Amino acid sequence: MIRKQDFSQIGPVLWEISTSFREDMRVPVRIFADDRMLEAALSDRSIQQAVNAATLPGLVSHVSVMPDVHQGYGFPIGGVAATRLPDGVISPGGIGYDINCGVRLLSSNISAEEAKPHMANLASALYANCPSGVGGKGSVPLSAKQLDKVCRLGAEWALENSYARPEDIQRTEEGGRIKDADPTHVSLRAKQRGRPQLGTLGAGNHFIEVDVVEQIFHPEAARAMGLEEGMLALQIHCGSRGFGHQICSDYVRELQGAVQRYNIRLPDRELVCAPLDSPEGTHYLSAMGCAANYAFANRQILVHHARRSFEQSLAGKVREWDLRQVYDIAHNMGKIEEHTIDGKKVRVCVHRKGATRAFGPGFAELPEEYRELGQPVLVPGSMGTSSWVLLGTEASMALSFGSTCHGAGRVMSRKQAKRTVRGDQLREKLESGGIHIRAGSMPGLAEEAPQAYKDVDSVVDVVVRAGIAKKVARLRPLAVIKG
Amino acid sequence: MEPQGYEEIEHTADWALRVRGNNLEELFRNAALGMLQLAGVEPREGLAQKRLIELQATDSEGLLVTWLEEILFILESEDVTFTEFDLRLEGNTRLTATVQEAPLMNIKEHIKAVTYHNLRIARMENGFEVTVVFDV
Repeated sequence: MIRKQDFSQIGPVLWEISTSFREDMRVPVRIFADDRMLEAALSDRSIQQAVNAATLPGLVSHVSVMPDVHQGYGFPIGGVAATRLPDGVISPGGIGYDINCGVRLLSSNISAEEAKPHMANLASALYANCPSGVGGKGSVPLSAKQLDKVCRLGAEWALENSYARPEDIQRTEEGGRIKDADPTHVSLRAKQRGRPQLGTLGAGNHFIEVDVVEQIFHPEAARAMGLEEGMLALQIHCGSRGFGHQICSDYVRELQGAVQRYNIRLPDRELVCAPLDSPEGTHYLSAMGCAANYAFANRQILVHHARRSFEQSLAGKVREWDLRQVYDIAHNMGKIEEHTIDGKKVRVCVHRKGATRAFGPGFAELPEEYRELGQPVLVPGSMGTSSWVLLGTEASMALSFGSTCHGAGRVMSRKQAKRTVRGDQLREKLESGGIHIRAGSMPGLAEEAPQAYKDVDSVVDVVVRAGIAKKVARLRPLAVIKG
Repeated sequence: MEPQGYEEIEHTADWALRVRGNNLEELFRNAALGMLQLAGVEPREGLAQKRLIELQATDSEGLLVTWLEEILFILESEDVTFTEFDLRLEGNTRLTATVQEAPLMNIKEHIKAVTYHNLRIARMENGFEVTVVFDV
């Protein structure tokens, strides 16, 4: 049982549990939260899970916890941990089953007022053109050879096959391609699951959402991103589908033996890991890269379908119907990065599970138009509530390994949400509030009810107060498509 | 505990199932039935066949995860579900199951994976108990 008294407040919205709390902790745990959020985090096992994560070998500095934290399995959702190269560990459970689950945002010059009479048709076209739901057979079935190419090329495969524009790729984290991906380290079973599913949204909390840009907070950054008040934007939230789930499952099983071989003691078997320089560690990293690339290509193909849907519904009815990529960002990923720890530059593997990379100004990978501003960060809210566009900061590099929040964060269990909310009534309520809903499963809709989540505006206020992100724009939903 | 030997318990983000069985075979069977019910799996009328599944792992918890993952994989890749299970365990590390298949009509909810999170099969006074957390 962890209590508020176990924390020291080390900043206005930053709290720490020191290594003296439990003898197997190798680094402290720091959580970004106001009083209310800290109490919410203490109501489930989130912080216990962060303390467990703080026992991994090779950790540097601290385990960072975001204000949208909630209980997961192994790591908490909203956890960030960095392990040093070469002998620190990589933990598949610290990245999650949905490898490179992430968010993509597109902007437009379509006035929301002008598009309003066509919004129901647009929602239906998106639902029809973007395959969704459990299993979900994709629109781009792949041969074994093609899947290997997707594994190696990621979003570049989509570009080669006319599903992308060059500027989409430039405005994607890592250019949409993890270069060390190697499909020879991916099981046949994962490939069997991955081949039919490319270009699918999936179910659960994944969605496509048409938004209106409601308010701009940083005009210069908004201009660079093509975001203008009153105009439509589109968000896509999904990941690597059954392909990534199977890769993570395979390696969590395989590494159960590795922890014994490397004499690693852990408080939870879901945290299994292997040294980054071990065969098991390098194989997982290259397989994880394949799933990450699959997810980049998956979101890209969904963008292709979304552009087609906009054209079908709006061409000739509004002045312009094109969608331009703002950015695409992962929030479940392990990345090899250089960070300054105790004044020294160190190469580390940053595990972000339910946390978004948020690099500050000057980061060379960013396209020129964003380089002096910082990396765009996309923070979707719960269904029917606002979403946020933020910017990474220099402070995030120092405080959270260049990371910030990824969403609102759940506070209510799925079981309780289904008990207290009816999917059909929720849909009626959202529709009467002017939000068009297209969903395959009513219980699934109920589980994602807004009251099951924290208030995303409060989460964003905490990361802004902490200095690990800056506000650019707030988006309001007009249509939500779910599996 | 529900009479069927499993019950959903609270978990903020994912799903957790508490399962009991008088012996390990019953525990594994109840875990499979509970998982299929959580996922809202609906079989349909059609050609029903029996299938033999043989699995092994290094311990009983690993075997339970492997067993549930096998069912999820078949559900997703073959559009087939199961209605009856006849299981045999050898030394807690080998499982032989004869299962009754049924064509799949619908799955309401998506289970991404079976986790090892705090997974421990506990011996109780009248059998065994385990809590399984699923990533959804």
